[in-house]
Amino acid sequence: MSDMQPDEKITKQGSGEVSVQPLPRSMPVVPGTTDDGTLIEDPSVRAPLVLGKRTFREVTDIVCGYAEAPIPKIWLTAFTICSMIAALGTGMILYLIITGVGVWGLNNQVDWAWDITNFVFWIGIGHAGTLISAILCLLKQNWRTAVNRSAEAMTIFAVVCAGIFPGIHVGRVWFAWFLAPVPNSNAIWPNFRSPLLWDVFAVSTYATVSLLFWYMGMIPDLATLRDRAAARLHKGVSREFKMPMPIGDGLPLGFMPRPDSIRLFIYGVASLGWRFSSRHWHRYEKAYLMLAGISTPLVLSVHSIVSFDFATSVIPGWHTTIFPPYFVAGAVFGGFAMVLFLLIPLRVILPNFSDLLTLRHLENMAKILLLTGTMVGFAYSMEFFIAWYGANQYEFAVFANNRVNPAEAPYWWAYWTMITCNVIFPQLFWFRKMRQNPLVIWIVALAVTIGMWFERFVIIVTSIHRAFLPGEWHMFFPTWVDILTFVGSCGIFMTLFLLFLKFLPVFALAEVKVVMPQSHTDDHH
Amino acid sequence: MKMINDFMTAAADYFPMLIGKGSPKFVTSSGKPVYGIVAEFDETPKVFKAAQHVRDAGYTKWDVHSPFPIHDMEEAMGMKSTKLPLMAGGAAIAGVATAAALQWGTSFVLYPTVVQGKPFEAWQPFVPIMFELGILFTAFMCIFGMLALNGLPRWHHPLFTHDRFMRVGNDKFFIVIEATDPDFDPSKVKKVLEDAGGTHISLIEDID
Repeated sequence: MSDMQPDEKITKQGSGEVSVQPLPRSMPVVPGTTDDGTLIEDPSVRAPLVLGKRTFREVTDIVCGYAEAPIPKIWLTAFTICSMIAALGTGMILYLIITGVGVWGLNNQVDWAWDITNFVFWIGIGHAGTLISAILCLLKQNWRTAVNRSAEAMTIFAVVCAGIFPGIHVGRVWFAWFLAPVPNSNAIWPNFRSPLLWDVFAVSTYATVSLLFWYMGMIPDLATLRDRAAARLHKGVSREFKMPMPIGDGLPLGFMPRPDSIRLFIYGVASLGWRFSSRHWHRYEKAYLMLAGISTPLVLSVHSIVSFDFATSVIPGWHTTIFPPYFVAGAVFGGFAMVLFLLIPLRVILPNFSDLLTLRHLENMAKILLLTGTMVGFAYSMEFFIAWYGANQYEFAVFANNRVNPAEAPYWWAYWTMITCNVIFPQLFWFRKMRQNPLVIWIVALAVTIGMWFERFVIIVTSIHRAFLPGEWHMFFPTWVDILTFVGSCGIFMTLFLLFLKFLPVFALAEVKVVMPQSHTDDHH
Repeated sequence: MKMINDFMTAAADYFPMLIGKGSPKFVTSSGKPVYGIVAEFDETPKVFKAAQHVRDAGYTKWDVHSPFPIHDMEEAMGMKSTKLPLMAGGAAIAGVATAAALQWGTSFVLYPTVVQGKPFEAWQPFVPIMFELGILFTAFMCIFGMLALNGLPRWHHPLFTHDRFMRVGNDKFFIVIEATDPDFDPSKVKKVLEDAGGTHISLIEDID
C-alpha cells in the first residue's frame, strides 16, 4: 500500500477497496511485557492518552473510518442475531399487552418481580455514561475522552430498555398516560406526593438530558463526517451503493444514491450546520460545562429517587435510609462494568481502537469498579448490621431467613451469587497484574453485570415474598414470558449499540484532539 | 442600536424574502457581494499566534475555525464571555417555579386530595420534582440557548462553498475576516493574513 500514489490510494479508499484506517502501530507493546506504554508508575511522567504518535488526520481517519467503511460481515451477523432477539422481546411485550400481566409469574404476594428488577438493572447501567461525561469532566479527568461517547450511547440505550418495563408492568398499558401530569376524566390529578410519580419525572428528565448531552457532544463530529462525505463526492471518489449480502460481495444497486450522498444529507441535517467557529466553540464549551455541572446532581438524584420507590414503603428489607447512596454506588458499579464488558472486545475486533482506548483507561475503570464494589459491599454489611442492631424482628427475619441462611431462605443462592459477583470478584483488582489484564477485567465485568441483576432481584423479591403474615407467603417463579422479555430487552440494547457502532462517531473526536499534544498553543511540544 | 443591527443582519440571513440586506460594500467581478477573506493554517501554535495578530490589527468581525476548541482562544481573539450562564440561571428558576405551581396548583387548589393522611401544607414531597424540572429547564436552555446564540441550525453558509474548508473538521485551521467589518479593505486584510502566516488566502463570495 505504501508504494501506491496518494491519488490512487484515495480513489481506492473512496471506492471501498482498501481500508480507510491508517496503518496499525509497528510497536504495539513495550518489548518483553504486555504494557502498551501507558502503564507508567512514575508520577513525573504523564501517560499518553493517544498512542502511536498519531496526527489529527490519522485520529480522524480512525474514528470516521468505522462509520464510513462498507458494512463488515461480522457486524451484519451480530446485527441479524441481536435484532431477531429484539423482535422476540417485542413479541413478548405484545403478547403481554394482548393477554394481561398474568402471563408473567407474578402473584398476590410478589407483585413486583422481574419487571421492576429489569427496570432498576437497566436504569442502573444507564448511570455510567453521564457519570463519565459529567463528573469526570468536572474533575478534569482527561482519560474520559476515550470512553465518554460510547458510554453515553450505552446510557441512552439502557434507559430505553429501562423505560419499557414500568410502562408495561401496569397491566392496562392504555392507561399509562395516568403517569403524565394531566387530570384524568374525573378531574383528579396524579399524586405528586408519591415516589412513583417522582420516579416518572426523574427518569424522563434523565433520559431527556442524557440524550441532549450525547447529541450535543456529537454535533461537531457529525459535521466532520458530513465534510468528509462532501469531500469524497466533490473529488468523485465516492463508492456505489452496494446492498450487503450474507455471502460474497455486496449487490450493486444502481438506482440507489451513493452512500456518501445519503451521509451528506443525514449527517448534514443532524450537524445543524456546525462550522467549527471559535465563537461557537466558546459558547459550546460553556454549555458543556454547565450541563456537566447540572448532570452531576441529576445522576445522583435519579437512582436516589428510584430507591425511594422502595425506601418510602413500610416493607421490611425496603424501608431503610441507606438506600439512596447504596443504589447510586451500585448504579455506577454496574454501569462501569457494562462499559468494560462492551468495549474490551472492541479493542480486539476493531483496528486501531486500542490506540485511543489504552490499557491505562481500562486500569482506571478497573479501579473505579474496585472502589464502587467495595462501597456496595459496605452497604450490604451495613444493611445487615442495622437490621440486627435496629432490633426489628421483621427486618432481621428478611435478612437472616429470606436471604442469607441456606437452611431457611429459598432464595439463598440468589443472595450468595450477588455477594460473590459484586463483593468478592472486584477485590482481584487490588493486584496490579489483574487490573492490567483485559481478559481478567472483562470476566470481572461480566460477573458484576450478573451480580447487579441479582442484587435487584434479591432486594425486590426476597423482601416481599415473605412479609408479615406466613399465610401470605408465596414463592416467585418466572414464566417463559418473563425470561424472554428480559432476553429481548438485552437484544434491543445490543441492536441499538451495534447501530451506534456502525453509523455514529464512536469516539468524541473533537475532545480526543484536545488531549493530544499537538493541540497545545505553545511550541514546546 | 448595534444590537438591533446585528439582529436584523441575522434575521436577513434566515428570511431573505422578508428583510432585504443593505447594499454590499464590496462586490466581486461577477457582481456577487463579498463575504470575507479566508486564510489557512496547519498547526495550533501558528493559528493561535495569528489570532493574536488579527486581534491586535483591530478587526472585530472575524473568526477562527478549528477542529477542536483551542485553549485560551477567547483571550487570543479578544472575545467577551457569553451570557449563556445567566440565561441558564433564569431557566433554572423558571423550572423550579413551574414545578411548584404544578404541584401546589393541582394538589392544593384544583383538586385537594388527602393521600395516606399526609397534610396539605407539607412541602417536602414536592422537592424532588422541583429539583428535576429545574434541571430539565436548565439543560434545555444550555443546549437550545447555545444553538440560538450561535445562530444554528443554519445549513447554508458562504464558507461551505470554499473547497479547502472541508478539512476544518479534520486537521486544518482557518481565519476569516468578514466584509462587514468596518475596517475591511481587501488588500489590507490580505496583507494582515499573510503577515500572520496564513496560506491559501482566498476571497469568499456571499451566497444569495
